[in-house]
Amino acid sequence: MDPVIRVENVTYSYPDSDRPALDGVTLDVARGSFVAVLGSNGSGKSTFAKHLNAILLPAAGRVLVDELDTAKEDDLLAIRRRVGMVFQNPDNQIVANVVEDDVAFAPENMGVEPAEIRRRVDGALKQVGMYDFRLHAPHLLSGGQKQRVAIAGVLAMEPEVLVLDEPTAMLDPKGRREVVSTVEALCRDRGITVILITHHMDEAARADRVIVMDRGRVALDGTPAEVFPQADRLRALDLTVPETTDLILRLNAAGMALPTGALTVEACAAAIGEALA
Amino acid sequence: MLKDITLGQYFPGDTPVHRLDPRTKLLLTVFYIIALFTVGSWGGYALCIAALGAVMTVSHIRPGALLRGLKPLVFIIVFTAALNLFFTTGDDYLFRWRSIKISYAGLERAAAMVLRILLLVSGTFLLTYTTSPLAITDGLERLLSPLKKLHVPVYELSLMMCIALRFIPLLIEETDRIMSAQKARGADLETGTLPERARALMPLLIPLFVSSFRRADELALAMECRCYNGGEGRTRMKQLHMAGRDAVAFCLGGALMAGILLLRRLGI
Repeated sequence: MDPVIRVENVTYSYPDSDRPALDGVTLDVARGSFVAVLGSNGSGKSTFAKHLNAILLPAAGRVLVDELDTAKEDDLLAIRRRVGMVFQNPDNQIVANVVEDDVAFAPENMGVEPAEIRRRVDGALKQVGMYDFRLHAPHLLSGGQKQRVAIAGVLAMEPEVLVLDEPTAMLDPKGRREVVSTVEALCRDRGITVILITHHMDEAARADRVIVMDRGRVALDGTPAEVFPQADRLRALDLTVPETTDLILRLNAAGMALPTGALTVEACAAAIGEALA
Repeated sequence: MLKDITLGQYFPGDTPVHRLDPRTKLLLTVFYIIALFTVGSWGGYALCIAALGAVMTVSHIRPGALLRGLKPLVFIIVFTAALNLFFTTGDDYLFRWRSIKISYAGLERAAAMVLRILLLVSGTFLLTYTTSPLAITDGLERLLSPLKKLHVPVYELSLMMCIALRFIPLLIEETDRIMSAQKARGADLETGTLPERARALMPLLIPLFVSSFRRADELALAMECRCYNGGEGRTRMKQLHMAGRDAVAFCLGGALMAGILLLRRLGI
């Protein structure tokens, strides 16, 4: 495995809290993989995300991005350029009042040549399917569209890693679908490493790897097919189980013998159909 | 209801005036204001009106749009006119009744002042009608960039303006939402005496302030994540270019100034 991010025994506490928000987290993220991080409120998943591009610095342990230590102030911009971050509320991360000017913000900050900025802005907007809206005002776009503009704004830095901190929490179902498909395509087609913080199981089910956090620690870590069938464990952590897994587990409890790894609706339906045939 | 508020309204278009470099338009507006104050004869005002009319024709701005913009100024205009009308002393009086008297000189002066205000405001409106707020910000930043040597944070100021413009519609939307929420809980924002109504605004302003601070916090974080570290070493995607039409515009501005001075000399 070629890790793009290495998290080594990281501990962090917020100043006004007696319980650590992160408590000895150690993990590697493979380059080009799609990782979902799950956890109930207060599990430390957002705190974890903020460590990946040096918004927060570990109290103990260290975070390495492409071998750059996030604690080193000199490497700050190099790290931020490699690890792009998208937040929950799209309104609060768009700076300019024209879509393309907003997408140009990051490369302008980095001092990229004007012609190259133009190329990156057009490329990023095409990748998220917002090129036709490049001259629109952001406040007239839908939530899903705004969030895709925010993603394009980060893509214009040409990052290695895209960290998304609950990007769909404020969106309607249609917006959620738009954003998750966009992110998935970026990972599959462009080879960008995606770390998606979410509490939607169906989004996590599309990832290569699911990390479940609980009270600042990694509780479960594995492929979706390994993690989701542990329904009792997930419920104990205040999480739900994807509907497909739930159905399969209940059918199995009723005497059927279905494979628990069928996560998509199609795979689930095929498995049930096969068992009934 | 609050959505109807417009600040520095911009009418998108693709006329020669719209295509002018924002720096040209800013400088010419300043030039036009100076010209207005050097006008010393009625002929000069006629020339200014003609110039304004020409710009309006070329930029396809309808007089109606301009008049709508002038509406909020009615009070100031009437006030200025009255002040000049009643308090200018002269030799010949048009009207005298007890201590109220109107002189011919006062009438002339009031007319000139009103005309001057109307022309001044109309001219600046034409700037904002034909130039997007972003272009104005951009133009201002470039024009003021020599001040960077005096450590004036020109880039930061223009970024602040840009962000303010971006967040105005959001804050208006939010105010609408908070108003609805407070009304749903029985808040009465429309009736009562002025102090009562001012007090009723508190439950509106406090949530608005709190959420603005939260927004600012999140925006600052998002900007840092996008490698923002001040104006130094920054490049721009859109470069401003002066073109032939900008030279033409400057020549026309110069001609206007020369015309006004000539008419003043001739006393027409």
